[in-house]
Amino acid sequence: MDLHLNAPYCMGTIVGVTYDDGVVLGADSRMTIGMLVANDSVSDKITQLTDKVYICRSGPAAVLEFVSDYVRNILDQQTIQFGQPATVKATANLVRLFSYKNTNAIQMGQMGMIVGGWDKYEGGQIFAVAQGGTILKLPYAIDGSGSSGIEGFLDRAWKEGMSKDKAEKLVVKAVSLAIASDAASGGAVRTVTINSDGVRKNCYPPDSLPLCDDKRRRTKTKKTTTTRTERRIDAPKP
Amino acid sequence: MEASLIVDNGATERTLNPYVTGTSVIGMKYKDGVIFAADTGGSYGSTLRYKSVERIKPIGKHSILGASGEISDFQEILRYLDELILNDNMWDDGNSLGPKEIHNYLTRVMYNRRNKFDPLFNSLVVGGVKNGQKYLGMVSMIGTHFEDNHVATGFGNHLARPLLRAEWREDLSFEEAVKLMEKCLLVLLYRDRSAINKFQIAKITEEGVTISQPYALKTNWGFSAFQNPSKGAEGSW
Repeated sequence: MDLHLNAPYCMGTIVGVTYDDGVVLGADSRMTIGMLVANDSVSDKITQLTDKVYICRSGPAAVLEFVSDYVRNILDQQTIQFGQPATVKATANLVRLFSYKNTNAIQMGQMGMIVGGWDKYEGGQIFAVAQGGTILKLPYAIDGSGSSGIEGFLDRAWKEGMSKDKAEKLVVKAVSLAIASDAASGGAVRTVTINSDGVRKNCYPPDSLPLCDDKRRRTKTKKTTTTRTERRIDAPKP
Repeated sequence: MEASLIVDNGATERTLNPYVTGTSVIGMKYKDGVIFAADTGGSYGSTLRYKSVERIKPIGKHSILGASGEISDFQEILRYLDELILNDNMWDDGNSLGPKEIHNYLTRVMYNRRNKFDPLFNSLVVGGVKNGQKYLGMVSMIGTHFEDNHVATGFGNHLARPLLRAEWREDLSFEEAVKLMEKCLLVLLYRDRSAINKFQIAKITEEGVTISQPYALKTNWGFSAFQNPSKGAEGSW
């Protein structure tokens, strides 16, 4: 069986949603080289570009790490020139430019990014920069190999004007569901919440994630579901 | 695939693959001006991924532009046109670029890119009214361009234009034009797999541009044959 070990490092699932006061960005933490899981724990796919604008990266890791460094460099200079941090839209446009100009270059692979942040002009905004360089301002966006499985879930679950906690729970649930059905997504769920007050990062380790299994039984009469007592096979007995 | 040391010369030959694409746009002249319609879908291959993509935009004071094909290239074309209109305005000479000029500009852009083997992957429909003259034209990704009373891109060419050839008249009122347009859109909805039921109608007259809010068409599934299609021939559909 070909394990495709010459493939570029690739990345799993990213989500970005707006809520009443700002945005919540979320991602899994798995990096794969073909069939091999290179890393399931330390990758942080949500990278800072300016004080209050972050980018979620999905696709070939090396390329995207370069994109965020490159864009951050330009934005640092812009911040010095203008005396104030760049807007979300300007940041997203730089990311778009990189994606658009380099679509046809080799080794690009499936590159999808979500730029999310808060600025004083338009508040919280999410921009999806899709494969090829299409930029779309959306109330919520998902990308990455694991995103196709949760399209329907997010369409149903996202509501206008959610509170911060609800939005964060939604993002965690969405990424957990993606992890459950996508082999290239896994590990922890990291979230970054950005609003007028600032930026807050969270990490939800794998065993704290809601269980997403096709054998869940939920009946209206039972108060607790069977999943509450299920334990992972390799977890040590308390 | 083996990772080989390919040195990219740049301008030799590039096969462009479109990623996020829009489907048909239909345009026609009517009594007071020009009317366009398109759905608001952005497909990613066979996935109907984005459902709120505006594919018809006003250009300057006198024109509207609709595009099918790669959305990122359409967005880039809008930027080029933005610069064009801005420079035109800066002359401040009382003159402004009309649809015929925009059409010509776009033709040059598309054709020149095609000659460099680096096409913009779009089919464009441009129309408008200037000084009482209505104009409607189309440019393809290789630079083929023409004017007509009604135009369409993609599937619209095959499904909508025959309808338009049969039923279009010079003096259609706006309501009649919308009805004819919706007739074409409905056929496209039934028969084009990338079409979604969320359309925008744009009209441009001497007064200006109006682009409607997205709305859905009513489809008809009330045929008795649809209820039990295998009746009388079990195992068939």
